[in-house]
Amino acid sequence: MRVRVLVSPKQGILDPQGQAVERALPALGFEGVANVHVGRLIELDVEDPSQVPAMCDALLTNPLVEDYEIVETAPAPHPQPAAHPQHLS
Amino acid sequence: MKFGVVRFPGSCDEVDAQLACERVGDAVLLWHADRDLQGVDGVVVPGGFSYGDYLRAGAIARFAPVMESVAEFAREGGLVLGICNGFQVLCEAGLLPGALLPNETLRFVFRQVNLQVVDSGTPFTRACAPGDTLSIPTKHASGRYFSPAPVDVVLRYAPGENPNGSQDDIAGVRNEAGNVFGLMPHPEHAVDPLTGSVDGLKIFESMRASLTSRVAA
Repeated sequence: MRVRVLVSPKQGILDPQGQAVERALPALGFEGVANVHVGRLIELDVEDPSQVPAMCDALLTNPLVEDYEIVETAPAPHPQPAAHPQHLS
Repeated sequence: MKFGVVRFPGSCDEVDAQLACERVGDAVLLWHADRDLQGVDGVVVPGGFSYGDYLRAGAIARFAPVMESVAEFAREGGLVLGICNGFQVLCEAGLLPGALLPNETLRFVFRQVNLQVVDSGTPFTRACAPGDTLSIPTKHASGRYFSPAPVDVVLRYAPGENPNGSQDDIAGVRNEAGNVFGLMPHPEHAVDPLTGSVDGLKIFESMRASLTSRVAA
C-alpha cells in the first residue's frame, strides 16, 4: 500500500515558514491568501498500513508540535521485469 | 570523577565538551554505537548535527544504542547534560519535556547571549548564585523552545536577548527529578578567557561539585 503522511505544524504554534510564504505572496501580486502553513509530505510503501500511526508517533512526527494525516493512495507499484524481453531491431 | 561525552556521526562540539569536562575531571568519548558507558559518573550529550539531523533535529539520534544506556543512566538518577543538539536529542528521547523548533527568524543565529540563572538549586547550576548572569555563546537554527505544559526552567535569555523566539525566553530546562538538564547555548565554548568568557565553566563545576558530594554521601 502506498501511504502519504501529511505533517503540519500544530494549531497555535508559531509557523514562521508559513508566515514567510504568506508575506511573500502579496508581494508577487497574489491577494486574498490567509492561514498559510508549511509542513512536510512523507510517502512510503508499506505492507501493513495499520502500523503507520505508530510510525508517525515514534519517528515520522513529533506529536508534541506536529499534527499528521494519513492518506492511503494506491497499491504500491511493483516493477515487474518483462517476462519476454522484446528486442526491437 | 569521569565524564562521558557522546559522539554521534555529525557531532561537532564533542571535543570542546570533553576539554571543558577535563577542566574539572576526567573525560572520555562514548561512541554512539556502543552501549557501554564505561562507568562514567556523568554524561554530556554535545552539540552538532547528529545523524545529519535528517527529518528533525535529534529525531534519529535518540534511537542510537548509546542513548538506550543514557536513558537507563538517567532513570537511575545519573547526571545528564544536553547542549544544543544534545538538548534536542534529550527532548526527542522524552528525557526532557518540550521540543525545539526552527528559530522564529528562520535564520541560524550565532552570538554571545546573557543568560539569567532562574534555578541555582540544580546539580548543574549550584556553582551559580540565584539571579547570576552567564555570558555564553549560542549557535543554532532550531532553538525555539516550546512546551504545552509548564516546565522547570533553569536558565532564561536576558530580557531582549532571546535569539530564537523561545517561549518565555527559556534557554534551559531540567526534568522533574532534576538530574537531566538541557540548554541551547554552549557552556563548553565559554571555559577559557581566550574566547571571551569563562562563565560556562560554572555548569561543569556545578556537575563536579554535585558528583563529589554524591560520592561522599
